[in-house]
Amino acid sequence: MLAGIVGYGVYLPLYRIKIAELARVWGRKPDVEIEEKSVAGPDEDTTTMAVEAARNALKRAGINPKDIGAVYVGSESPPYAVKPTATIVAEAVEATPETTAADYEFACKAGTAALQACVGLVTSGQIKYGMAIGSDSAQCRPGDPLEFTAAAGAACYIVGSSSNEWVASIEGFYSYTTDTPDFWRREGKPYPSHGGRFTGKPAYFKHVLAAAQGLMRKLNLTPQDFDYVVLHQPNFKYPLQAATELGFPPEKVLPGLVVKHIGNTYSASSLIGLAYVLDQARVDQRILLVSYGSGAGSDAFSIKTTENLESKKPLAPSVEYYLKRRVLVDYGIYSKLKYLGG
Amino acid sequence: MAAPRFWREIPSRYNLLGTRCRNCGKVFFPPRYLCPQCGRKGNVEPYKVKGKGKIISFTEVYSPAPAFEKQVPYIIALIELEEGCRVLAQLTDTAGQEVKIGEEVEMVFRKISEEGEIICYGYKARPVKSS
Amino acid sequence: MRKVAIIGVGTTKFGELWWSSFRELVMEAGIRALEDAGIGGDDIDAIYVGNMSGGQFIRQEHLACLIADHAGLNPLPCTRVEAACASGGLALRQAMIAVASGMHDIVVAAGVEKMSDVIGEGAVGALASASDQEWEAFVGATFPSLYALMARRHMYEFGTTEEQMALVAVKNHAFAARNPCAQYHTKISVEDVLRSPPVCTPLKLLDCSPISDGAACVVLAPAEEAKRYTDTPILIAGSGHATDTLALHSRRSLVQLDATVEAAREAYRMAGLTPSEVQVAEVHDCFTIAEIMAIEDLGFCKKGEGGKMTEEGQTNLGGKVVVNPSGGLKGKGHPVGATGIAQAVEIVLQLRGEAGKRQVEGAQVGLTHNVGGTGGTAVVHIFRRMG
Repeated sequence: MLAGIVGYGVYLPLYRIKIAELARVWGRKPDVEIEEKSVAGPDEDTTTMAVEAARNALKRAGINPKDIGAVYVGSESPPYAVKPTATIVAEAVEATPETTAADYEFACKAGTAALQACVGLVTSGQIKYGMAIGSDSAQCRPGDPLEFTAAAGAACYIVGSSSNEWVASIEGFYSYTTDTPDFWRREGKPYPSHGGRFTGKPAYFKHVLAAAQGLMRKLNLTPQDFDYVVLHQPNFKYPLQAATELGFPPEKVLPGLVVKHIGNTYSASSLIGLAYVLDQARVDQRILLVSYGSGAGSDAFSIKTTENLESKKPLAPSVEYYLKRRVLVDYGIYSKLKYLGG
Repeated sequence: MAAPRFWREIPSRYNLLGTRCRNCGKVFFPPRYLCPQCGRKGNVEPYKVKGKGKIISFTEVYSPAPAFEKQVPYIIALIELEEGCRVLAQLTDTAGQEVKIGEEVEMVFRKISEEGEIICYGYKARPVKSS
Repeated sequence: MRKVAIIGVGTTKFGELWWSSFRELVMEAGIRALEDAGIGGDDIDAIYVGNMSGGQFIRQEHLACLIADHAGLNPLPCTRVEAACASGGLALRQAMIAVASGMHDIVVAAGVEKMSDVIGEGAVGALASASDQEWEAFVGATFPSLYALMARRHMYEFGTTEEQMALVAVKNHAFAARNPCAQYHTKISVEDVLRSPPVCTPLKLLDCSPISDGAACVVLAPAEEAKRYTDTPILIAGSGHATDTLALHSRRSLVQLDATVEAAREAYRMAGLTPSEVQVAEVHDCFTIAEIMAIEDLGFCKKGEGGKMTEEGQTNLGGKVVVNPSGGLKGKGHPVGATGIAQAVEIVLQLRGEAGKRQVEGAQVGLTHNVGGTGGTAVVHIFRRMG
């Protein structure tokens, strides 16, 4: 064991728009098998969502926030180009001033990169607890295929070294990184650009598969050793297809798939999937978590639940609670929210 | 709002830090530095309120304050907190549902305004039943 | 302390006066008041001027100096008084205290506000500075929104209706139509008010007093010398001034302005009078609900019955006490700092019998009521004809 998760929490905004509504407006039927996506409210952004997810994680962890030694926020939609989201979050959870903080950017895997950093600091004994957050209110050009999936949400994981506090242990991680320009946004441009079908095999699949296989090799594990597989979810097809190629049956993937109801929450995507699984898992179950970030890279983790999970689950709202808490908007209101939420 | 003026009250704006009179026990949020009842005998200390309360009155604002134009219409409410003090806040996540006097709310962390300087975050009141 | 009387009054028209500057307005009102009193600039010993927000509306402070200068009165002592929308009333009280104490003999109390230069939201923002900037304005509260919170609570606790509130606006517009200096000369109906666009529910556009420019001025003298200047001096029989919390969330009550009750108590006591002896009153109707609460807080009716009293016509001509015969803030206009003085001008005209088509027959005792912010300051004066 390297370290463990002592608390976890998520946040999803109230609003949803039906993909069918987007299809109606743009006169095109998307091939993504998603029903709805989440939309941030006019007074929400990456920071506000990160704060609520972090406060939920703290409710489960039950620790003194002053003992948090690192706060890292991973996002590709931070409200400031220069001024870290992490300091605002750190202040809002009362972890300041004796903590380090920084923002991470790695497209959709910035949250897991933050998680790795926390694991490192905790394992080395430099800090008692580390807080890693993935949060995004994803930007996309109106009418672009990405608009049919780009969504908003946040997830937070608090990492600690005392095994008697863990709801799950982190047995190990493995990352696979290359320079692959499948999706990017230049400074000053409002919307990202992407490589269309280039984002498939050479990007998502190459890195997710390599990271998963690398992790299993490193820890001497096989698909049979895992009860759940949680992958980054840019749509419904990719994670199922990748899991199949890795040798996992759909039953192990489906419990962690939230994308159909909320869309792609970017840096929060795989982390919300993990929380969804933790909400459902029992003791001593092993979870494979693999994120994917364009640019490109994947972080794979092996996570094992402990007996503390059951008692800590109800201390904060579940993923299911946030999935059910929804209000539908039409494209007009959605556009206004996008304009206001910025 | 000028950045230093916003920053100075961050503990109250983000984390609901108020004050409490050690003499009479009255809680003040937003904070007061002198208890009106006890004066100098009061000895006021920092005190965090929980952020749970109910709506005493509310109004839908159609003619906005500067910096709030994009949010029109928005709802302002006077909330009576559990600790007995009252605070003014915008409501959020009401999603067009009818608001009633007596409704229970909880304080959440949201964007208050962006006037072209820094983003001002702070508390808003979210109906508990929307959850 | 000796008694004080008003020997002269003057006012400009109120409205969106694009062609009049701040300086021109205050000069115009001042000259009219001096002519009415039959005195010259040399006779004045001091000036008190009420102005809420020269700094925000016309980017000008140091107003007392500016006024003394442009009136050609240097080195006369001039003091600017600020209490948000009660600046005028408070300036009157300070002027009265200066004369009563014996410090000065002839003192001018003026009020002036030039609001229309600041477009739209600029005026809204400046007015919000009468509220709590850190904890009310910061969360998006506007001045109307704070009164709207009081209105909704008043409706919830006493069953006051939007129609009753509308009747205040109808009455005051009807009075304003008879006031040559008023901003509005159009009569309106209850339907007009109810159909006007929402500002902050339940308040609609026609529930709210307007943005205005204007100035008003009164001349004070020791009562024992007043007859030297005019045949119709009006005695300031009582004066009261009280503060309450700045923010609505700190108030004891949402449906009563304790500052009004307190200031009125002091004024009635000083005058040796009770509310039932007042025949005409100019009260602070910045919003229709404000008049309803005012007639309760001033003791003209029981708490909660202001709507009913209005509905029964008891605040109109022929009623128990005629309220806002000038048109009030709603019909006459509300150049913030000028209002408190303009109220005194109207009461003086009423008690002299010079109020023309809006005259309250046989008025002997009049009252002015001026409020700052959402009730953080209240100033009440009581006037009577001198023997």
